[in-house]
Amino acid sequence: MNTEIKNIKKIIVNQALELDCGQIIKNFPVAYETYGTLNKNKDNAILAFHALTGDQFCTNINPITKREGWWTFAVGPEKAIDTNKYFVICANVLGGCMGSYGPKEINPETNKLFGTTFPVITIRDMVRAQKYLLDYLGIKKLLSLVGGSMGGMQVLQFAALYPDLSHSAVPIACSASHSAQNIALNELGRQAIMADPNWKKENSSPDKGLAVARMAAHITYLSKKGLQEKFGRKLQDEGSLKFSFDADFQIESYLRYQGATFVDRFDANSYLYITRAMDYFDLEKQFKGNLSLAFKNNKSKFCVISFSSDWLYPTIENKEIVIALNTCGANVGFVEINSDKGHDSFLLNVPEFLKTISEFISSTYNEIKK
Amino acid sequence: MKKEFEVISKIIENNKRVLDVGCGDGTLMEYLKNNQQNDVRGLEPQKTLTQKCISKGLSVIEGDAEKDLPQFPKKSFDYVVLSQTLQAFLNPEKVLDQLLRIGKQTIVSIPNFGYWKVRLHLLFKGTMPITKNLPNEWYNTPNLHMCTIKDFVNYCNKKNIRIDKSMCLTNEKISEITKKNMLYKNIFSELGIFLIE
Repeated sequence: MNTEIKNIKKIIVNQALELDCGQIIKNFPVAYETYGTLNKNKDNAILAFHALTGDQFCTNINPITKREGWWTFAVGPEKAIDTNKYFVICANVLGGCMGSYGPKEINPETNKLFGTTFPVITIRDMVRAQKYLLDYLGIKKLLSLVGGSMGGMQVLQFAALYPDLSHSAVPIACSASHSAQNIALNELGRQAIMADPNWKKENSSPDKGLAVARMAAHITYLSKKGLQEKFGRKLQDEGSLKFSFDADFQIESYLRYQGATFVDRFDANSYLYITRAMDYFDLEKQFKGNLSLAFKNNKSKFCVISFSSDWLYPTIENKEIVIALNTCGANVGFVEINSDKGHDSFLLNVPEFLKTISEFISSTYNEIKK
Repeated sequence: MKKEFEVISKIIENNKRVLDVGCGDGTLMEYLKNNQQNDVRGLEPQKTLTQKCISKGLSVIEGDAEKDLPQFPKKSFDYVVLSQTLQAFLNPEKVLDQLLRIGKQTIVSIPNFGYWKVRLHLLFKGTMPITKNLPNEWYNTPNLHMCTIKDFVNYCNKKNIRIDKSMCLTNEKISEITKKNMLYKNIFSELGIFLIE
């Protein structure tokens, strides 16, 4: 990835933040974007957390990549998260590559790119960094926390760290601790990057490795049924097999395209650091083996959402969160949305899902307005 | 709101915590929340109904009472409500145990299989009874364990479950069931509503 990142909003946090790894960072940037208008009471703010390969540009055209934002279906005027009504904040996570403190930034001490000298960060570090942004924006209490996948983990972590800072929370398609299968899949991606001879070489990037990592990961975001229906055994060129290793099948060419376009917009080291943060996420362990303690005394309204065909963060893992919330008497609703679009469902046009978040947030908003 | 829910909401005191098991579209929950300041939660097996509840701002969990009740802590609700679904469970005894564990008090309503129309249907037609409260055929009914008001009272006595209140509904009319009128009520009531602990 060699895109210049200029003219984006960012704050420089001048307070010291002690990372979970023990390192203390200072004067670090947090890049962000906002949509809609913060009202006078400052009670219509929603913090949206992005997933592994997202960034702060959740909707509209991303000014850097010139592609549509990752949550265009959900966020915008008159959409599920209506920016005519709400003020949506989204920040690039620590370790990211869209202007926040990450391996693609220059280390001020050495004047060189951080690369793999960047400290290992955690989901908790990411969330703490975003709290500075809220302070900067002068928001004392959010209307809602929303996010899917790694974004959902940040929702849970935020709720655990700051129980009084949000009226509601919507963790979507996520888990309170990363499963062995998910750690394994992330490791596969990291090894693909590290096996690329261009990794750690100056002035080059491990594009092939990163592309393979993306291809493998992309399969995990879809469902078997979805893949079969979309691609089946369809061939790329009408006609017959080429008896070579070219992309004969449409699914092969689709994955190659996904890999190739990904390297233009994402940094390989960021991929390593962020997947690591996901693997290290274990909210249950943070609370000494009792997940419900993470939500003790939390008065927020929770709405946990999972998708029927998501095998990466299956319903059963989302239900663990619901059980923990119930155990401590928290206010929680849960629904599994029927969709054959796999884990990616939360990013796509799944009407039942969009309707659920829309109405949940608007009912919360009406309640606080009472 | 249907009469049954009126009876149930009258039993429930204001400002208490209530779990509605099989809450449907959340009609009762909404009433309790808005009119009696109850802190309400629901459990509902159907996706569409769960979504409807969440849309209304009700905290409802999509789930199956037979699987999901054990997650709720002991005595975590002042009242647990189960309206006309006890007979549809594979194991009503286990569900009832769970309800009694979770709730300080439990409200259970049952369609009365001892109702005279049911009795006459079987006696004269010789086929499985179909009534207003039991509209399905034998082959597609969700009701696996039908019982009468008397059966339910006997069960409670056998299991040392205290019955704090027993009401019945006939033609939208509410009355109380007592030891004396039990035989009569078991014939002339469509629905039994019990407050137990």
